[in-house]
Amino acid sequence: MILDGKCPTGPIEKSWDKHRQDMKLVNPANKRKYKIIMVGTGLAGGAGAATLGELGYNVEAFCYQDSSRRAHSIAAQGGINAAKNYPNDGDSIFRLFYDTIKGGDFRAREADVWRLSQVSNNIIDQCVAQGVPFGRDYAGYLDNRSFGGAQVSRTFFARGQTGQQLLIGAYQALSRQVKEGTVKLHERKEMVDLVLVDGVAKGITVRNMITGEIESHWADAVCLATGGYVNVFYLSTNAMGCSVTANWKAAKKGAFFANPCYTQIHPTCIPQTGDHQSKLTLMSESLRNDGRIWVPKKKEDCEKQPHEIAEQDRDYYLERKYPSFGNLAPRDIASRAAKEQCDDGRGVGPGKRGVYLDFDDSIKRLGQKTIAERYGNLFDMYEKITDENGYQRPMRIYPAPHYAMGGLWVDYNLQSNIPGLFVLGEANFSVHGANRLGASALMQGLADGYFVIPYTIANYLAQVKPGEVKADHPEFKKSKEDAEGQTKKLLGINGKKTVTEFHRELGKIMWNNVGMARSEASLKEAIKRIPELREEFWTNVKVTGVGAEVNQQLENAGRVADFLEFGELLARDALHRDESCGGHFRTEHQTPDGEAMRDDENFCYVAAWEYKGTDKAPELHKEPLKFDNVHLAVRSYK
Amino acid sequence: MNLTLHVWRQANAKDKGKLEKYAANDISPDMSFLEMLDVVNEDLIAKGIEPIVFDHDCREGICGTCSQVINGIAHGPDDLVTACQLHMRKFNDGDHIFLEPWRSRAFPVIKDLMVDRGAFDRIIQAYGYTSARTGGVPDGNAVTISKVNAERSMDAAACIGCGACVAACPNGSAMLFTAAKVAHLGLLPQGEVEAARRVRAMVEQMDKEGFGACTNHYECEAACPKGIKVTFISRMNRELAKTLPMAHI
Ligand SMILES: Cc1cc2nc3c(=O)[nH]c(=O)nc-3n(C[C@H](O)[C@H](O)[C@H](O)COP(=O)(O)OP(=O)(O)OC[C@H]3O[C@@H](n4cnc5c(N)ncnc54)[C@H](O)[C@@H]3O)c2cc1C
Ligand code: SF4
Ligand code: FES
Repeated sequence: MILDGKCPTGPIEKSWDKHRQDMKLVNPANKRKYKIIMVGTGLAGGAGAATLGELGYNVEAFCYQDSSRRAHSIAAQGGINAAKNYPNDGDSIFRLFYDTIKGGDFRAREADVWRLSQVSNNIIDQCVAQGVPFGRDYAGYLDNRSFGGAQVSRTFFARGQTGQQLLIGAYQALSRQVKEGTVKLHERKEMVDLVLVDGVAKGITVRNMITGEIESHWADAVCLATGGYVNVFYLSTNAMGCSVTANWKAAKKGAFFANPCYTQIHPTCIPQTGDHQSKLTLMSESLRNDGRIWVPKKKEDCEKQPHEIAEQDRDYYLERKYPSFGNLAPRDIASRAAKEQCDDGRGVGPGKRGVYLDFDDSIKRLGQKTIAERYGNLFDMYEKITDENGYQRPMRIYPAPHYAMGGLWVDYNLQSNIPGLFVLGEANFSVHGANRLGASALMQGLADGYFVIPYTIANYLAQVKPGEVKADHPEFKKSKEDAEGQTKKLLGINGKKTVTEFHRELGKIMWNNVGMARSEASLKEAIKRIPELREEFWTNVKVTGVGAEVNQQLENAGRVADFLEFGELLARDALHRDESCGGHFRTEHQTPDGEAMRDDENFCYVAAWEYKGTDKAPELHKEPLKFDNVHLAVRSYK
Repeated sequence: MNLTLHVWRQANAKDKGKLEKYAANDISPDMSFLEMLDVVNEDLIAKGIEPIVFDHDCREGICGTCSQVINGIAHGPDDLVTACQLHMRKFNDGDHIFLEPWRSRAFPVIKDLMVDRGAFDRIIQAYGYTSARTGGVPDGNAVTISKVNAERSMDAAACIGCGACVAACPNGSAMLFTAAKVAHLGLLPQGEVEAARRVRAMVEQMDKEGFGACTNHYECEAACPKGIKVTFISRMNRELAKTLPMAHI
């Protein structure tokens, strides 16, 4: 099937404004008759639920944490982009648009990216009005920094806690709506199924994580803003509860999963120290503004203390290979370059899986005080985890799974191929292409939540009758029984291996075969081994306790069960995409000096997969990508 | 390292609960405290014992989910960290470690070390926001904000809502949490216009939730993983005084 993204036609500068004019509206008096479910209260879901509530819709928002303020968006450190051009360094909506398309290696939709760039400026204004304490200069104006993949300073920040502050802003807006009575929050409730009635999304099934009860919730439209899936690698920078469950359950009900193989491996994470590790910690990429990345030129030097290695014996490999972007090369490029150095035997630190991030020069140039002012909390964090002082000796960093560019397929209105099912934020596939530039996920989450979904969902709702289906419909009962059945099954296996053991094993398969570099052989290996592991899981997992109360093992078991199915789809997508692009690097397709080689003739499309059964091959649908405003070009950062 | 844990086990809010003893063996000093608990839990599962329930998510000190009293101290013995950021190198081989949930009337225990902090959300819902509608707001640079105020506002805004301040306070007071929000918004021109109403509403809700009064023990500041200062409490008291009828005389 050829998919239609329903992008507006005509000049791109006018596309969003024209589309907004063309869409239908819901009469203000009728809005409260419509019930909307928002799953997720991160930047996308929190902003979306607050705005829809403010417009007068009847909103119910769900999250698995104990408070909507704790969604994973809170962890974002570095900043959020906008094309304000306050620093007068030549930024514009077009330039942000261009950088994002190029950064994504020409695998994103032009119209969506344009809209994102356009509304980025509103986001900053909105957040300032909410009381987000962005960094300011002494004159009182907003301050900016630069980030990987861009040559202008367009990133707004609130110390190293930008995600936290933006989320608190959305959470406060949401709290205001709770008080107004337009939004009802359901914390500690995990969505375990999507309910369709006659092929239309009409509600969800959730597990109450305190009582264990399986509940049905109906709505006139369902929005998923449930974040990303890179915990499929087991170790990642994501929070422990991040999962693919909501998306995967929707996929099993017929929502197409787009570009699952596009995962981002972030270059500036703290290296792993041992097998006990439960997650990897990211340090903001903004560190690359002032830190220089290097490894020893000679393998013999790797054991030495960094200050014992003379300047001429250091290889500042990013500055050498990419002179115009240097240490600010995009993430996929910086990550692969680090892996190459380590594969070449010149990694540093325990396990030799690390490269240096050195602040010596900038401390000499700017003074430790300035560096501490800019990144102090990151230095503290580094010291807490590693017991080393980053001011005195270079930090050690290594890439780690970080972000999902793939997600459920949506059209320009953020609607999936299932009518009434909308997908926002990291959970959809829309704007990043094969690689996400820094500081643009926060932008996307808030754009979707504050400025896109409120318009596009109205267009859908204006065409449906409110409250036609309620939770007493047989489909809800069926879904509830399925969920209860799964709980029973998991608790009944009583095997020998814990859920974590399975997750760790899956993670190993994924990281080794579907990680930073993939080949036909490694992918085939993964596609063979994942189903084996899945089968073992369903016969040998041990889940303690009962279903009718708090049971964290059971929660995890459900999430890992979904990863065990989804991981295979990810590998299949990577195998079919016989080219290298962005975060998807096939070793068969590289230039002699190791750069990714795209194949636009054969792969310039979005790959959207239709689930056909767990042990059956999924069906591929394509949405061709057209580039009318940016020329398809070799992506070079040299 | 080999350690002995004394862990508070409580099946649900109604259960009385008691301390149970478990061994934590082969613990590496590089592990975080929660990773140590993971190891213990894996061991318990293998023995068919129900694992210890504790709250956590980000495991990097920012979501505010993790909450444990470790050896009598909220978030444990290290300064300016949450439980998930505490590392085992702070302990010695052979140590006995006591683990308990946050204890406060306003935070009922759910299970083991997990408590219900919904009261904090209700304080924010009372008026912990600015009333800006989405869209139609002025340009972010239209109103300048002095760097000093932006920074002080950020100092207060850094609160992660963990509740350690309440757990540490002999009165179970939520003053530090509430004062942080009052300062965060009150220090900015966008939040200042509604400052008086905000303070009143938030303090009223705080009292309704059953938090105790503040009698200046400063235990909250000592326990706060984000270094939120008690000076914000005096700031809030001043704001509150302004809303009293007396202030108009
Ligand atoms: C450490 C770190 C640093 C980052 N730094 C930056 C940065 O500096 N700049 C930038 O632009 N981006 C950054 N990112 C990326 C960015 O933070 C995320 O992509 C973005 O916040 C995702 O927002 P979201 O709203 O889509 O999802 P999330 O914030 O992940 O929210 C997901 C929501 O869905 C809920 N949920 C999920 N599954 C279920 C379910 N089954 N049932 C019920 N609820 C469910 C959760 O409870 C949560 O409320 C960073 C990411 C990480 C991990
Ligand atoms: S003031 Fe400190 S201790 Fe209290 S909730 Fe906020 S961060 Fe936690
Ligand atoms: S788990 Fe997030 S602060 Fe500890």
